[in-house]
Amino acid sequence: MTMVTTEEEAQVRVADHASRTTSPSVTRRVRGLSDRAIAWAFIAPTILLLLAINIFPLIWTIYLSFTNYQANRPNRPITHVGTKWYQEILNSPDVWAAMQATAHFVFWTILLQTLIGFGLAYLIDRKFRGHAFWTTIILIPMMLSPAVVGNFWKFLYQPQIGLFNYIVSFFTGIPPSSFEMLGSVSLSPWSIIIVDTWMWTPYVMLICLAGLRSIPDYIYEAAEVDRASPWRQFWSITLPMALPFIMLAVLFRRIENFKMFDMVNLLTGGGPGSTTEVASITLKREAFEKWRTGYSSAFAIILFVAVFGLANIYVKALNRVKQR
Amino acid sequence: MNHLMNRFLRLRRGPWENLATIVIALGVLMLLQPLSLTLYTYSFATMLLGTFMFVIVSKFPE
Repeated sequence: MTMVTTEEEAQVRVADHASRTTSPSVTRRVRGLSDRAIAWAFIAPTILLLLAINIFPLIWTIYLSFTNYQANRPNRPITHVGTKWYQEILNSPDVWAAMQATAHFVFWTILLQTLIGFGLAYLIDRKFRGHAFWTTIILIPMMLSPAVVGNFWKFLYQPQIGLFNYIVSFFTGIPPSSFEMLGSVSLSPWSIIIVDTWMWTPYVMLICLAGLRSIPDYIYEAAEVDRASPWRQFWSITLPMALPFIMLAVLFRRIENFKMFDMVNLLTGGGPGSTTEVASITLKREAFEKWRTGYSSAFAIILFVAVFGLANIYVKALNRVKQR
Repeated sequence: MNHLMNRFLRLRRGPWENLATIVIALGVLMLLQPLSLTLYTYSFATMLLGTFMFVIVSKFPE
């Protein structure tokens, strides 16, 4: 009782102090505002910032995608070209090839990351001795910066001194300097897939682990009573109950890999030729090498719609997981 | 089947959201497929349709 009284007294003292230190004009103004107006006053700076750094650039990009604007010639008069850039992009075999390179990259990274990630999560969930230590070790690649990862994998892929080539050589007997992961047309897409899988499998593992830990033990106990084999338990309990989480991880990685730029730019820069030229690399070349700002704005909008659509599916999947 | 059609006609969120999701997924597949340039050409329109549809139907009642 004494505690409550002391707390109440302290609150009254603080309120009294605030009323004395706030100038009468401010007090009058604040008193005149409704709760709703005060709430708006608090969130207005954030909304303004969001409008300035997110919404305005988006609207500006949509506008530019219908013009012939070039960022390196800002004084040139802007003329409207209608949907010319959209038609050009959507009928261009080169951009289509870039989309296929993106699809190849997205498909294989997601397949490998999901299989390995779920496998690792399943093993970690067994709670063997030292599982916390191994979880930390597995999570390290995910915590590194893509710039660091790109640079050190570049060294690992060196044909003369690279550790990767020596490991492949050790297992297959092929001389280490006889193949070049980043310079070969057939191997360079796989070199990026390997690095992305190495870096982001831990992320998929974390989400799958959350899914596996959410399965109540009594379901397994009931299955044991019914003499279900471990194989049957996996297919009838573990996999169906972890599936929404796996889908969530797949969707999230799909969105991220669809936008992949940093790793590809650091490792191959889109080469050799245009073998690893994913959509974001094409966009960068059009925008900052050829300076076709209108064209690249239209391309960015097409990619934005694809990512926005995928994000909608992601939100829907997330709501389903929440409902579970 | 009748129940699903009823929900469609009464503008319920669930089935319409599913339809919009299918249209978006179809658009993304058309964008990334290696088989036909024509499908690639119409992928953007399909994705845009699906996305607009999703934004609108997500306001429908449950």
